[in-house]
Amino acid sequence: MEEKKNKSIKSLNELKNGEKGTIVSFNDKGNNELKRHLLGMGFVKGSEITFEKTAPLGDPIKLKLKGYSICIRKNEAENIKVQLVI
Amino acid sequence: MDDIRIGLAGNPNVGKTTLFNQLTGLHQHVGNWPGKTVEKAEGFLNFNKHRINIVDLPGNYALSAHSIEEVVSRDFIVDESSNLIINVIDANNLERNLYLTIQMMELGTNLIIVINMNKFAKKREYYININELTKLLGVPVVEIEASDGTGEEKLLELVEKAVNNPVDSSKKLVYGKELGEHLQDLQKFIEEDKSLLNVPSSWTAIKLLENDDIIIEKVKNSRFSAKIFKELEKLQKHLNDVFGESSEEIIANYRYAFIDGLIKETVQKPEIEKITLTDRIDNIVINRILGIPIFIAILWTIFQITFIVGTPIQNLINHGFRILGEYILIIFGKTWFSSLIVDGIIGGVGGVLTFLPIIFLMFLMISILEDSGYLARAAFVMDKIMHKLVGLHGKAFIPMILGFGCTVPGIMATRTMEHERDRLLTMLIIPFMSCSARLPVYAFFVAGFFTIYQGEIILSLYLIGIIVAIIVAFLLKKSLFKGMTSPFVMELPSYKLPSVKGVLMHTWEKGYAFIKRAGTIILAASVIIWILSSLPIGVEYGAQESITGQIGTFIAPIFAPLGFGNWQSAVSLIFGVVSKEIVVATYGTLFGVVESGSGITATLHGLFTPLSAYAFMVFVLLYVPCFASIATVKQETNSWKWPLMMVVITTLTAYTISFIIYQGGILLGFG
Ligand SMILES: Nc1nc2c(ncn2[C@@H]2O[C@H](COP(=O)(O)OP(=O)(O)O)[C@@H](O)[C@H]2O)c(=O)[nH]1
Repeated sequence: MEEKKNKSIKSLNELKNGEKGTIVSFNDKGNNELKRHLLGMGFVKGSEITFEKTAPLGDPIKLKLKGYSICIRKNEAENIKVQLVI
Repeated sequence: MDDIRIGLAGNPNVGKTTLFNQLTGLHQHVGNWPGKTVEKAEGFLNFNKHRINIVDLPGNYALSAHSIEEVVSRDFIVDESSNLIINVIDANNLERNLYLTIQMMELGTNLIIVINMNKFAKKREYYININELTKLLGVPVVEIEASDGTGEEKLLELVEKAVNNPVDSSKKLVYGKELGEHLQDLQKFIEEDKSLLNVPSSWTAIKLLENDDIIIEKVKNSRFSAKIFKELEKLQKHLNDVFGESSEEIIANYRYAFIDGLIKETVQKPEIEKITLTDRIDNIVINRILGIPIFIAILWTIFQITFIVGTPIQNLINHGFRILGEYILIIFGKTWFSSLIVDGIIGGVGGVLTFLPIIFLMFLMISILEDSGYLARAAFVMDKIMHKLVGLHGKAFIPMILGFGCTVPGIMATRTMEHERDRLLTMLIIPFMSCSARLPVYAFFVAGFFTIYQGEIILSLYLIGIIVAIIVAFLLKKSLFKGMTSPFVMELPSYKLPSVKGVLMHTWEKGYAFIKRAGTIILAASVIIWILSSLPIGVEYGAQESITGQIGTFIAPIFAPLGFGNWQSAVSLIFGVVSKEIVVATYGTLFGVVESGSGITATLHGLFTPLSAYAFMVFVLLYVPCFASIATVKQETNSWKWPLMMVVITTLTAYTISFIIYQGGILLGFG
């Protein structure tokens, strides 16, 4: 794995409310099921994602992509790396 | 003319069911897909002398082998003799919706695309160039408004045309040169085996690249499997080298790239998205501070309406049947015939009908919550608790809470859950939520044995139920449901005002299905219990000499280690399977005491110690739920496997926990 020392690349779950990013990589860490599902839901490279909200108890999180809202758990978002869009 | 058979496909929440209801009206039938717990709705309408049969397919995001619902849809498209698929798409969400469309096109499906919810999209200033889209996709596209029937006529005309002139929709699909050429290399090998050609070879090639389990299995059986897999491996390695990604990812990228192209050509959106009503509502409803209070308030309302309104109606029905029973006794006297009518049939039919008010009310509430879009928010808010405690999806919360009222609607409410395994696991633990019918049993024993700590004792039973549910869920996930992952990933649909017609139809359907399918099982079971309790001829109903009594006497020793090895308890537990309320009534009858007064308390003290009474209550809490619940699980899962599993699991659990409590209590000196 090449480790880009780029500060503006973060895990999707680390974004703050209202921050936007485009997906740069998606490491499935063995959970192929989940990745396949998310790919279908539009989590492909280059997709722009807005972090909207965290649930009242701190997990899951609500995101917006391709014009719709979706929620996923933090640990499901962890392996998705995004490039911050300012 | 011949019959036409079409399938309705699309993402969840796009208005598929609304269109289905609009088209077929009351000409529909809801059942299950053969051997699956997935619901199948079929209906028909007549148009220009055709009979058009419509099957409402499950709502899917993709056609992978990812979930049973997806497999069901895919099999329908591939195997069934359908003439056409109508793909319903939400105008507000074209990109993601088209992902499914593309996958159906890969199959060469004869398609019509129906764009729904246009009014709302226009409000957001989304404009879709329908003619251009038709041209680019090569299949008919039509705008409709499912909720009010706009565009229906045009759709039906297109259906007729499309059935007469089927198109191979895969023709217009392009995946770029790189991937396209490689796919063809793989296709050549696949095409050598005629038995693989019931679907387009390009589709098989794509699915192989996506590591689709079902297709891999299928190709393994081919005579040419070695060659095909060798080529596949070569190709996957090559793609990995070129793109640095897995082949699955590459395919998804290509699909979305194709969609991006389409969108650029055909959709016009405002520069800055308008803030929608949904955004505003969500700012409040799933707000950090208000989210949970709002959820609790809504839950409380459902409970109040379902049980506070439903219970009096339930009692009224019960009362009516009781009066009816008394009349029959007066008219026919105390004969075996009147006993059959009163104890067997009225008991059974009454047992079914008394559930109806709460089932109808509960489904009314759930339909409103689901159609409005709130249910998904509730799952969002509660997921953390459910996930931490029982490893289930947030959507399991509402069914489990309903279980405290009545197990039957709780089990039925699991329908809102998308994944079969989540549903099954939830169904299996709902019976541990102490339902309201168990309360009279607790009240009866608590009054007899624990006069000082009544409240605490009853509360402890509820808590034991919850803790046992958590433990059993944990154990089931380690055994029966091993390897089950329940990803949370869930769309939050935009809020909508539920349509009265939709909600009522939904509610009626569920209530009717319960009467028809669960009702027959409950009735049959009640009659069997009646027969067993009335034979041999001449015995007092349910007395020790009756078959039920003899069975009770025979099995009673099994319960000795739990502290209640007397035949009366065993018989009351047998009756308790018919319904929990009867447990108390049974004691009344068995002791020949009509009114529960001091006499019955004294007799009880002869049979139980406080400790064994507590063990008995715990057993009643945890053992087999009533016939109605068992029948509902049968109805929902469409097989006897899961209801039997439930019977076994609950009985074993009840025995184990009661045993621990009784023996533990004795060791601690409470005996
Ligand atoms: N405004 C509007 N709402 C619709 C339309 N079609 C369906 N709905 C609503 O969208 C929600 C989901 O519809 P449903 O038919 O259950 O979607 P399904 O999940 O695809 O079967 C319901 O609240 C419907 O009342 C439509 O054409 N316009």
